[in-house]
Amino acid sequence: MKPRDLSDLALRNLREAILRNSLTTLGIAVGVASLVAMLSLGVGLQQLASKRLSQSGLFDSVFVTPRVNLRGMGRAAMPPSLDKVPRLLDESARQEISRLPNVVEVYPQVRFFTEVRFDGKPFATMVAGMPASSKASGSFDGMQGSFFSGDAAYETILQSEFAKELNPQTSTLIGKDLVLRYAERQSIPPNPVDSKAASSSESLPGGFSVVPKEMRLRIVGVVDTEPASGFGGYGNGRLLIPLQVAMTLRAAQVNDLRDIVRGTSSTPTFASLTVRAKSPAYVEALEASIKNMGFGAFSLLDASKSLATFFRVLDMLLGIFSSLALFVATLGIVNTLVMAILERRREIGVLKALGASDRDVKQLFFFEAGVMGLFGGIFGLFLGWLIGRALNFGTNFYLHRRDLPSVDISSVPWWLVLFSIGFAVLVSLVAGLYPASRAARLNPVEALRYE
Amino acid sequence: MPDDQAAIRLEHISRHYTMGEAVIRAVDDVSLDLPSGEFLALLGSSGSGKSTLLNLIAGLDRPTSGAVIAQGQDLSQVSSLELARYRRQTVGMVFQSFNLLPRMTLEENVELPLRLAEVERGDRAARVRKSLERVGLEKRIGHRPSELSGGEQQRAAIARALVNGPKILLADEPTGNLDSATGESILALLKEIQKNPGMTIIMVTHERPLAERFADRLAIMGDGKLLSNGAAR
Repeated sequence: MKPRDLSDLALRNLREAILRNSLTTLGIAVGVASLVAMLSLGVGLQQLASKRLSQSGLFDSVFVTPRVNLRGMGRAAMPPSLDKVPRLLDESARQEISRLPNVVEVYPQVRFFTEVRFDGKPFATMVAGMPASSKASGSFDGMQGSFFSGDAAYETILQSEFAKELNPQTSTLIGKDLVLRYAERQSIPPNPVDSKAASSSESLPGGFSVVPKEMRLRIVGVVDTEPASGFGGYGNGRLLIPLQVAMTLRAAQVNDLRDIVRGTSSTPTFASLTVRAKSPAYVEALEASIKNMGFGAFSLLDASKSLATFFRVLDMLLGIFSSLALFVATLGIVNTLVMAILERRREIGVLKALGASDRDVKQLFFFEAGVMGLFGGIFGLFLGWLIGRALNFGTNFYLHRRDLPSVDISSVPWWLVLFSIGFAVLVSLVAGLYPASRAARLNPVEALRYE
Repeated sequence: MPDDQAAIRLEHISRHYTMGEAVIRAVDDVSLDLPSGEFLALLGSSGSGKSTLLNLIAGLDRPTSGAVIAQGQDLSQVSSLELARYRRQTVGMVFQSFNLLPRMTLEENVELPLRLAEVERGDRAARVRKSLERVGLEKRIGHRPSELSGGEQQRAAIARALVNGPKILLADEPTGNLDSATGESILALLKEIQKNPGMTIIMVTHERPLAERFADRLAIMGDGKLLSNGAAR
């Protein structure tokens, strides 16, 4: 029989016992729905965690520091492969690193102590320079006000705890100005050699003087979270300004003292650089390249891999438990089709008498099982998606009542759409194997005699 | 009308069933030659083996021993797939209880063998109509079997059996569920169909007078054996 005739007959047969077939299909749909709901929850949670982590810049970033040989400070010597001549982490190093393949951006960590003057009162705090890319980090989602209008804008975003110190009604701060008082470093030329005191004939390097400076900044936003606090990032800053502005200030930083001692103070260096790769996949190679250049480099890639493994295991467990419902549904298909064989015994006999081959009969029952699986899969997918939406709604309702930002904990990606429908059809076909072969084996003479 | 070539040749065929330890000889060593174009009536009491013999000729069953040669093809030797093709293309079957599919219209019932034979969709409607016209049911084409009388249902079953243009028409007690007048009209229709060149008809029946009137030859069975085989008149 041609496929179109086969489908015509199968659909007609399914319509004939519409109630029973619909209930069987509903059984499959419930199985698929539980599978989709569980997996969409797993996928959603994984995406949520991955999004937050990747937005934080921790997993697609390599953190670069000048290599410091700590021998003599109670530590073991570095392995020979790493024991290269330490290099300065300066602007030329930054340019060199930014030319490495798959690097999106390289920015320094600029963080310095400041005193803020607001309404005539002083407030001590830390300033952190924020790269323009940090806007997409997710840390500024739901902030009051807006992000910086530009890289060179004399604007600031306050961390909410600090903002409350300025004014408990933080929303009233937006649009107001504050004055930033900071220490600017100014270079001093090298000292001539004091031949009596010095042990070497080299001239001593120049240093720098520290000069108090002020600048006026407009408050454009207040953010609840402390963006990417901690690990190598731009954290711990409670007063955030555009990175480009922070760099032009030449504010004295912690590493400046080290530079004086090393005699490198004439060349401004960075305490650390953050190198963002195109994706976490490039981080490992990038880290190795930077180490080969003579810098210290590290990333959180291994933690990211462990996280992915955890979610794979979670998805697998959720999938197994929800597949149990689908397994019960397959028993429904077997039952429905076996009942159909009993009811349509005489019809099968007639079909065979008219020239239907065993294969035709088998295909007919197989097709019916497949159609039930297909419809059950599609309906189940829709049901599962609805359950996911309901979970999302409930979660966000709860979060909203606690003034927390909304999240998407359930996600149905394309692969899950195709997988769930394909799986439902496959399971239905497997369930149809026995009834179909039983129908095909039916003796036509006995079938025609059946009343 | 009969020509010299044998449409069906039965060579010492037997069909035995085992029920527990008992062996039931439904057909026991039957040999028969049926020339092409002949109308044979198989007579006999209930359980005499005539329907079993008809099923063997129809390719619905296989003999325990012996050979069923239809249109030069030994049915006992062919695969089940070839046997299905034989049922589709060479024979048409009519049953006592009509066996029309109740949820289908007459058109769909008659179209069924064409679907199984993978006839192109465009050709089917004309062939179905022609077949129904032949049995005088073209006006009932959209009706379901339950909306027809017994005689009309049997005519529809004949139309279905003929739609693929078989060379052999097998009828298992086609008048068994009909009143005598309607039964007679069905046999007249079969006789009319026999006029097709090379159309061979085998009919199982209890009704000897009708068989004598319409068939060319009578074969009488008893206890699975062929008791007699001769001209009807």
